[in-house]
Amino acid sequence: MNVQIFIPCFIDQLYPSVGFSMVKVLEKAGCNVKYNPDQTCCGQPAFNAGFWGDAKDVCIKFIKDFSGEDYIVAPSASCVGFVRNYYSRLFDNSSYHNDVKQLNERLFEFSEFMIKILGVDDVGATLEARATYHDSCAGLRECKIKSEPRQLLNKVKGLELVEMNDVETCCGFGGTFAVKFEPISIAMADQKLTHAIETNAKYIISTDMSCLMHLDGYIKHKGAIIEVMHLAEVLANF
Amino acid sequence: MKGTVASFIAKSTVKTADLEHRRKINFNIEKYNAVVPQGKQQFSDLKLAREGAKNVKWRAVENLASYLEEFEKQITAHGAKVIWAETGEQALVEIGKICKKKKCKTLVKSKSMVTEEIHLNAFLAKHGIQSVETDLGEYIQQLAGEPPYHIVTPAMHKSKEDVAKLFSEKLGTSPDLSPGQLTMVARKTLREKYVQAEVGVTGANFIVADIGAVAITENEGNARLCCAWPKTHIVIAGIEKMLPSLNDLGLFWPLLATYGTGQKLTVYNTLVCGPRRTNENDGPDEMYVILLDNGRTNLLADAKTREALYCIRCGACLNACPVYKNIGGHSYETAYSGPIGSVITPHLKRMNDYKHLSYASSLCGNCTEVCAVKIDLHQLLLENRHEAVKRGYSRLSERIAWKIWKKAGLSRKMMNMGSGWLKNWTVNKMFRGWRKHRSSLSFSQKTFNELWKERNNN
Ligand code: SF4
Repeated sequence: MNVQIFIPCFIDQLYPSVGFSMVKVLEKAGCNVKYNPDQTCCGQPAFNAGFWGDAKDVCIKFIKDFSGEDYIVAPSASCVGFVRNYYSRLFDNSSYHNDVKQLNERLFEFSEFMIKILGVDDVGATLEARATYHDSCAGLRECKIKSEPRQLLNKVKGLELVEMNDVETCCGFGGTFAVKFEPISIAMADQKLTHAIETNAKYIISTDMSCLMHLDGYIKHKGAIIEVMHLAEVLANF
Repeated sequence: MKGTVASFIAKSTVKTADLEHRRKINFNIEKYNAVVPQGKQQFSDLKLAREGAKNVKWRAVENLASYLEEFEKQITAHGAKVIWAETGEQALVEIGKICKKKKCKTLVKSKSMVTEEIHLNAFLAKHGIQSVETDLGEYIQQLAGEPPYHIVTPAMHKSKEDVAKLFSEKLGTSPDLSPGQLTMVARKTLREKYVQAEVGVTGANFIVADIGAVAITENEGNARLCCAWPKTHIVIAGIEKMLPSLNDLGLFWPLLATYGTGQKLTVYNTLVCGPRRTNENDGPDEMYVILLDNGRTNLLADAKTREALYCIRCGACLNACPVYKNIGGHSYETAYSGPIGSVITPHLKRMNDYKHLSYASSLCGNCTEVCAVKIDLHQLLLENRHEAVKRGYSRLSERIAWKIWKKAGLSRKMMNMGSGWLKNWTVNKMFRGWRKHRSSLSFSQKTFNELWKERNNN
């Protein structure tokens, strides 16, 4: 099966290894992974800031870069959720209306794609540790992903998955919110981290590197003994 | 920076660091979270109930003008007087006139957010009228000299010990009274006020068009006394409180109770259709209903924001909001706080002064998920952000930054300029302030794009 991958801008720039982990897992699951080197960003940052005009131009590029018939998979529920739920509003009553509809039928977040499309929950990964899974808001509420990552993690050898309290509460990232309203964002991170630490987990795992980047920054600042790992990195451990 | 923004940031900074505040709020909201599922059990199909409620409100708001006229016609026929107020000031002037005519010295009022919105108590005080809050939570807040902290539970941020201490300071009671004893103290004081008061003021949870009624929901019975005991009853209601029919209350009363407090039904649900009639023993001689716009038609005018008028002020979105829980109700410095407050305040007041509230959200979407009438709250926050930008209320530096962002987003070459300006832009724009409480970001030397090309050439 041909699979186009979308590497979100901040993974492209900051965490390319997460992208390669996803590629490794998809290939192991039998996919023929393709990458369109022209791709850039889904347009979400400007959209969330209120600059819909600027966002729209980048969104159009995204639509064009990902035209075709192949499935599109991204290691970020945030970007997938944005394309899914907001492109239709941006391009309502426009010539892109049908392209958007067709795009959304092919676009999946990584864990969702593994379970729902490939039907694979065991890629033979191993991680000898206790871990807790953080539901990103985009995963949970924009993409309705709850069981998929857990199902995948439950098949990882040696991994003991422990749920934290208030697992559905936001970690406080929220894009520019994290810096524009830094104290609020940090207070949210603090409560999230407290709950994660209470599980005695060694790792916080999530579908979204944006949450993890924010949490990791706070963890290191506090000197807490817990690490973050993207789901793809865990699954690529074979 | 605008005064409103600076003050919001200052207040929220202080509150987020106040761990005692965090503990009390988490404690009280956990109690709420524990009972709401029980209330929800009364609905055989909750999703359908919420969608049904949204449809009713859609109908009410889409045909608001005609329902308002119907309401006016019906309640006027029962002897009430309807006053239309375009602004808060107009409403205050009208209330002032009535109070003057009635030689009002003491006024009792029930809990009402709309009176907070127009700052009724401050106005009355200026005119030498004592306004007494009769809802226990509001009474506590009035004693403390604070505005309500929450639209449903005004003193949510106070523990029972805090209240005992407050009563002891202000009323000279023993500092170790139990909640039951404190209630009795308040009750005794308030009873005297009902007898003295020339005027009673209430809000309205709903106004019902077909029978011309004002519906008031409460747990303490104080609102019933406010509207029935004094000789004059004034109702202040936002025009969006409309329900088309009496029959709608069968859905809205349980819905409001469950989402507001986890109850199946609030203890007292009163329908007031006018003043006392000649053959009746109880009730006021005169009843006035002030229908207030005060910016609501701004929301109505735009099809995209109109949905915000469906709100039944149940408070569920506040309780679900991680921002609200961390900064508390007072940091907003608005009558309506939490997600719904951030959505409507920029339209009720000035967009440029309150747009920051729409940005003060991580867009986690929990508000939308819990809203009793399924208002797409986080989408409306995004609409507000867009509206603010459209009206030119963004900073030039921001506009330039997004133009540069767009350039990069349209050009793969630019995005591969390694440690070049994109990363600098990212750091400066997105992550300025990042490092205060977070360690610095370690950038990858090469982009995925470059690494992919290297990998595939090998
Ligand atoms: S917006 Fe929805 S959840 Fe919030 S107070 Fe209004 S009805 Fe309740």
